[in-house]
Amino acid sequence: MITRQQSLIVKTVCRLLVPFIQMFGLYVIMHGHSSPGGGFQGGVILGSSFILLSIAYGIDEVKRRFSLPALTVFTSLGVFLYAAIGVACLFLGANFLDYGVLPVAEPRSMGMLGIEIGVGITVMAVMVSIFHDLITFE
Amino acid sequence: MKYLHLVVTGVTGLLLILGTLAMPDWGDPASPASSHVSPRYIEKGFEETAVPNMVTAVLADYRSFDTLGETVVIFTAGVAVLLILRTRRDED
Repeated sequence: MITRQQSLIVKTVCRLLVPFIQMFGLYVIMHGHSSPGGGFQGGVILGSSFILLSIAYGIDEVKRRFSLPALTVFTSLGVFLYAAIGVACLFLGANFLDYGVLPVAEPRSMGMLGIEIGVGITVMAVMVSIFHDLITFE
Repeated sequence: MKYLHLVVTGVTGLLLILGTLAMPDWGDPASPASSHVSPRYIEKGFEETAVPNMVTAVLADYRSFDTLGETVVIFTAGVAVLLILRTRRDED
């Protein structure tokens, strides 16, 4: 279990880097349908920012900001969002995950963005969750 | 009895190798995958999905059911690790 505090240099550099890493992760998720990237890659980048915080500040600091129950909820929320978009297409009279009928502008593009966000949430939460479980196992 | 296992394994492997010999060559432009599936995605992909990234169009639109399965696999991995490793704090 990581409880030892790192040096001031490591902590400061991590504190400066983490917002940029998270911004880049969100960029990779949001631009997944128009440039290389997507939910899996962006989710891993987002998750790695929390892992970097745990390494620099200790796992308890991250748990204070992002509690374990919330992490478990996010793990399910991503899959739920993905499946919910599919079921919404069913209710609107098309096939499962056939985005063409969604009531938004450019429905196929927006449907893809929605499922990429779902994938990103799940991947991010699972990365942090697995890291946490491995690091706190006694 | 030990040799029977060896023979069965060998014959199965030989059959599998014979099966792969009938597959098209690597990167063969006349193979079924290259001759009607890929051109369909390349020609109609942007028109049908309005997404410039063809990889995402295939991954998230044409084969989104597969991607849903992949997401569920990751979810299951996370839940499995959680169930095995997460210890309860209030018991100790």
